[in-house]
Amino acid sequence: MNPKRCAACKYLRRRCPKDCIFSPYFPPSDPDKFACIHRIYGAGNVSKMLQQLPVQSRAEAVESLSFEAKCRVEDPVYGCVGMISLLQTQIQKTQTLLAKTQAEIAVAQAKHSQTQVNEFM
Amino acid sequence: MRGHEPRSSSSCAACKLLKRRCTPTCIFAPHFRSSDQITFAKVHKVFGASNVSKLLSEVPEEQRQETVNSLAYEADVRLKDPVYGCIGAIASLQKKMLELQHDIAVARNRLLAHNASGVNNNNNHVLSTLDDSPQLAAFLDLVPYSDLMLLDGSGLDAYLYDIGPPPFV
Repeated sequence: MNPKRCAACKYLRRRCPKDCIFSPYFPPSDPDKFACIHRIYGAGNVSKMLQQLPVQSRAEAVESLSFEAKCRVEDPVYGCVGMISLLQTQIQKTQTLLAKTQAEIAVAQAKHSQTQVNEFM
Repeated sequence: MRGHEPRSSSSCAACKLLKRRCTPTCIFAPHFRSSDQITFAKVHKVFGASNVSKLLSEVPEEQRQETVNSLAYEADVRLKDPVYGCIGAIASLQKKMLELQHDIAVARNRLLAHNASGVNNNNNHVLSTLDDSPQLAAFLDLVPYSDLMLLDGSGLDAYLYDIGPPPFV
């Protein structure tokens, strides 16, 4: 067997051809990356997804798939969707807090103006 | 001779797509009704039926519908954005969150400055910071956010919420 097989071909126990679609993105030094992606998506699906993308986008696609696969392994029920939901809730709370703070500023400005008018008179 | 087994008319969406008999113990049937074939098609395209089956078998039964919902969401987003999938959405939301935190820090600094000058000009009146003031309620409707956005390079305050670094910025 070719000792320079990529992590995917090592995992799948097959020969790693020169034009292997996985080898640029799954170096043998990081076997867990492919193992995680394969567990969630399957090698066949990942291969199809990569084939449908232009070459220059494939590295980013692999990184995003890897991140989502890790999230799904850590949280099998919600995966990375849990993070989206949490962020959306936090954003709503923060927007409310911002609105309140800005309203307090407006109240303070109004009171300050009134005080100045009273002092003038 | 063993004939072709007819598919049940009550096959779930998964078994219909996979062209197999839908058994009473089918793991997909409670979550992929035959009336919605598209959802399973998307999930199958991204994750594969056997991976989904494994995932579902690894979670308690009462959490399987939530699992299917999140898988369907992820699959849908991945099909719309094959490069970034949900990560694109996460990165956008994190950026929005950071902007809001910055805006709050700026607004709070302004409020503190007002409080400080207010202490000098009136009878040490401490401004209410909370919700139930009728003045505040009136202003919540009138003050547009954009009026008070200031460009300010000062650091974020304790409102920073630790959500981890986005993989893509």
